[in-house]
Amino acid sequence: MSVFNQSRSRIIRIIFLIAFVVIIAQLFYLQVIEGKYRQLAMDNAVFAKVVYPERGIIFDRKGKAILNNTIIYDLMVTPAEVKGIDTLEFCRLIGIDTAEFKKRILEARFKNTAVRPSVFKGLLTKELQARFEENSWKYPGFNLVERPLRTYPFNAAAHILGYIREADTKDIEKSGDFYRQGDYIGKTGLEAYYEKVLMGQRGVQYMIKDNKNRLVGHYENGAFDTASVAGRGLRTYIDVELQQLAERLMSNKVGGLVAIDPKTGGILAMVSGPNFNPNDLTGSEGSKNYSRMVLDVTGPMLNRAIGGRYEPGSTFKPLGALVALNEGVITPSYGYPCGGRYTLCGHGKPACTHAGGGHAANVRLSIANSCNAYYAHIYRLTVDNPKYGNVKSGYLKWREYMNTFGLGVRLGLDLPNENPGFIADTSVYNKENANYWTSCTNLTLGIGQDKMLTTPLQMANAMCIVANRGYYYTPHFVEKIDGETEEDTVLMNKFRVKHDVLTHIPDTAFTAVIEGMNDVVKFGTARVAQIPNIDVCAKTGTAENYTILDGKRIKLPNNSMFVCFAPKYNPKIAIAVFVQNAGFGATWAGPISRIMIEKYLNDTLMTKSKADLERIANTNLMPAYFKRLQYKEDSIRAYNWYRDYKDSSLIKRFLKLSASVNEQKSAPPARKMPERSKKETMAAIMPKEKIYHKQANPAAA
Amino acid sequence: MRQSNPAISKGIDWSLVWIYLLLVSIGLTAIFAATYKEGDAVIQSFINFKTDYSKQFYFFCFSALLGFFILLTDSKFFAATANLLYAVGIVMLLLVFPFHSPIKGTESIIKLGAFNFQPAELCKIFVALALAKYLSRPETDFTKTRSQLIAAGIALFPAALTIMQSETGLALVYFSFFIVMYREGLPSIVLIIGFSIAALIVATIVIEPNTLAIILTAIAAFIIYLFRRQIKRRRDLLVTILFLWALCVGIQRFAVPMIFKNVLQKHQVERIYDLFGKDNPYLEKGEEISAEDAKKKKESGSSYNVRQSKIAIGSGRFFGKGLLNATQTRYDFVPEQRTDFIFCTVGEGFGFLGSIILLGLYLILLLRIVTIAERQRSVFSRCYAYGVASVFFFHMAINIAMTIGLAPVIGIPLPFISYGGTSLLTFTIMLFILIRLDADRQMVLR
Repeated sequence: MSVFNQSRSRIIRIIFLIAFVVIIAQLFYLQVIEGKYRQLAMDNAVFAKVVYPERGIIFDRKGKAILNNTIIYDLMVTPAEVKGIDTLEFCRLIGIDTAEFKKRILEARFKNTAVRPSVFKGLLTKELQARFEENSWKYPGFNLVERPLRTYPFNAAAHILGYIREADTKDIEKSGDFYRQGDYIGKTGLEAYYEKVLMGQRGVQYMIKDNKNRLVGHYENGAFDTASVAGRGLRTYIDVELQQLAERLMSNKVGGLVAIDPKTGGILAMVSGPNFNPNDLTGSEGSKNYSRMVLDVTGPMLNRAIGGRYEPGSTFKPLGALVALNEGVITPSYGYPCGGRYTLCGHGKPACTHAGGGHAANVRLSIANSCNAYYAHIYRLTVDNPKYGNVKSGYLKWREYMNTFGLGVRLGLDLPNENPGFIADTSVYNKENANYWTSCTNLTLGIGQDKMLTTPLQMANAMCIVANRGYYYTPHFVEKIDGETEEDTVLMNKFRVKHDVLTHIPDTAFTAVIEGMNDVVKFGTARVAQIPNIDVCAKTGTAENYTILDGKRIKLPNNSMFVCFAPKYNPKIAIAVFVQNAGFGATWAGPISRIMIEKYLNDTLMTKSKADLERIANTNLMPAYFKRLQYKEDSIRAYNWYRDYKDSSLIKRFLKLSASVNEQKSAPPARKMPERSKKETMAAIMPKEKIYHKQANPAAA
Repeated sequence: MRQSNPAISKGIDWSLVWIYLLLVSIGLTAIFAATYKEGDAVIQSFINFKTDYSKQFYFFCFSALLGFFILLTDSKFFAATANLLYAVGIVMLLLVFPFHSPIKGTESIIKLGAFNFQPAELCKIFVALALAKYLSRPETDFTKTRSQLIAAGIALFPAALTIMQSETGLALVYFSFFIVMYREGLPSIVLIIGFSIAALIVATIVIEPNTLAIILTAIAAFIIYLFRRQIKRRRDLLVTILFLWALCVGIQRFAVPMIFKNVLQKHQVERIYDLFGKDNPYLEKGEEISAEDAKKKKESGSSYNVRQSKIAIGSGRFFGKGLLNATQTRYDFVPEQRTDFIFCTVGEGFGFLGSIILLGLYLILLLRIVTIAERQRSVFSRCYAYGVASVFFFHMAINIAMTIGLAPVIGIPLPFISYGGTSLLTFTIMLFILIRLDADRQMVLR
């Protein structure tokens, strides 16, 4: 029998062999041919843990950190490790009830499994964190995890510093995937401009994880890890006390303020009204405050100091004088017989506040008395200069002067979103006047009106040029970067170049203008800016303005403007203040400038100034039409929301609000602005919501 | 040993012993690599009986000692007690039913002190012996169907008991004894039919019913086309083909579903489908599992295991990552990596090269056993040797095939490598009985 079946032993051997060949073939495929498994294994077991560097700190001129990092704690829970804790006591400590406790644990389990930590309570307050830390030994499975956070110890300079947010898809795309989801990126202000310096360098740690995604150690003993490099600090020119003072002065006002050190171009203070507390954008309330501010029609997020465009009005006159003097169309002793209005163009405009008495007998007097006719006239003389053949060429030359003074162009300071202002090109006038126009067409350009818009920064910079008698440095905040590299030097060089743009203007011209501006303070419209022992040179300005509301053009209160520098010789500070819809330049903008100069040069305030400070800081000059505008915006948004999402909750809320508004219309009480935040500036930004709710409730009942 | 006791060492096939020692060392290394955690004191933990590799080391010592005693035994003893041992094995299997310990997923383990004892594993030895004994009886005429049925019964009775203990994988091992019967003259057609039926049942489970029916019809049509000339001459051939086709479709469409629905328990059906990573389609209305459960099952079920196992093995590449650098196996990505999926550790740590060496060792072992079988004078020894080869082959091939996604995941260990006392002991005993029998190959055992 066995002999008969001998051949079968070969068949059995072949069966064995075939099985092994099949197995080896599959092994060869898996291990040698198919490459994806190595990557899959890496994904499985190696976790690239990003180590975030500490962001750079921003210091003021005296070395105080105005922007710092702090650490806030998240309370994390690993549900599987929570064993035998006194739930009741724990809940009392955290301030929740046991039902909430169970819910959160369940949520954590559901979201992140029981063995991985998830956030139990985010962004703990300092008090809560301390309380937990004392008792942490009682609660296994709970631990605190650090979260770095930006903090602003002086509650100031929100617009300058900007803010950071998580990079969105656009940022990530723009950076060529350098940023990743969850990275923070500077969105505005210095945070954005100096992003590369401040962010430092990310590090990577390759960690080995196990099947439950727990990190169990360094991959290859950390051979591939890179250390993170902390962001570097910025040393700025900002005087934080001056900045705080300026913010107090500009609170509850719309406008912009810029103070520059003419000798360096360093910006000492910059305020945009309405303002907000930068700390409001961080921490647990951050995103709530952010969305509220974005929807606010007063535009608290807009930096009006570099983004607001205003007619400079009379504050422009010193520049007009300098141009005319340099062009040789007038001399410092040139006078114009103004009789109360300018008559040479036939329509008797512009009018002048003075009449006769030789109030414009020379350049110096014309500035001191702010003679409109005089400046309209010398503007005409400049553009009609026979040297240039026709008015268009003359205008282009004048426009070139304006650009040289920094008007109508971006100065290029170290903040993003600078507005270039506006100086019209000839094409604009050609179009509007069928290609035929004369210097009479736009003679109000001579008094800073017509098609001319400037930002507060530009006017402050123009004052620097006047104060420096012809040169300026590009305005900027950052003096130096800690541990400056070559790349940084390239970045900073443009702020270190002296622009000798107008030093060719004769000194006599500067002297005449500067003396005139000094006279404005001594005898003229800016007497409010007098400071004992300091020679202040200034020019006030008042510009009419209008807005269109509900289809009607309504006249708003005048914009109050003030430009100045001090001292007359060896100037140390140049300021431009624009307050929207506030009245005469000397009423609001003037005292604000004076207090700023006093603070900066003397470091103390006179009794009078202290009183003024209180008065100004507590005055609300927010234009009334904003309320109507906000009402309209809100109603439109509520409607659109309903139209797009069929959700009437916004409309319902809005109707409630409008009911209370209408009630108030019938009996307008002298309302006090409600306190919304510690900062009074915040109160002005978004005063309505809360008070309406308060009053709506009794009405509903 | 050879020098000190020439009487024992005489005739011993040392190549088998060396392969055995090599395989066990590889196994210990693999278990060490799979369970070692940073900071363990290696020597200390090797002897403290706390870690898995330490336990396996002691199992090995015990097994080797037992192997030595087996070499001391008279080879007639095995032939003489084969039937008795078989009876003892069956009794042990029966004892499991009242005395099994409450371990999840299996009812086949008896707890003896600190040890988990699995009679289904040990019973393989007794079946191999009893089958050899029956086939070697002078009065057995294996050409008779009656004898063939008895032999099949000897092999499959423990399998039935094992299935009842929810150890389908181990039960399937007993089918490997058909290789022995084949060698001893079981007609090829039986194996072919058996294999076909098995393939059909597997196809029924894996492939959607209508698709399978179409495939079967297509095959039938193709065969008719191939044999169209013969069919013209012989009508009955066509009838046979059509009958076979009807039988296949009948099994596929009616017999298997009926058995799954009415004969087998629900959890047994589920387990069978689990082997293939599929959901039980024969659930009553309202019994369907929710999507969440399905997901959970997917993550913990066999498809997850195979995926992770393939990742581990595939990531080893040609030369492997090195013993302790194998991230997949060391950090618990592969479930059951000490026991059923131990091959992953080899594949990841030592790569294609290491895997080939291990497979080569196994192949040498198998071919060597076949060679040894063929040189036996005694039928009993030859049958037993084929039994050993078949069981080893089934374990090795199916175990490795399942780790690389070629076979359904049935939980059977890799001989000499997988962690587990009973399995190491079983395989050691099987091998050493063979070595003992081979040493006396000149003797004729009845």
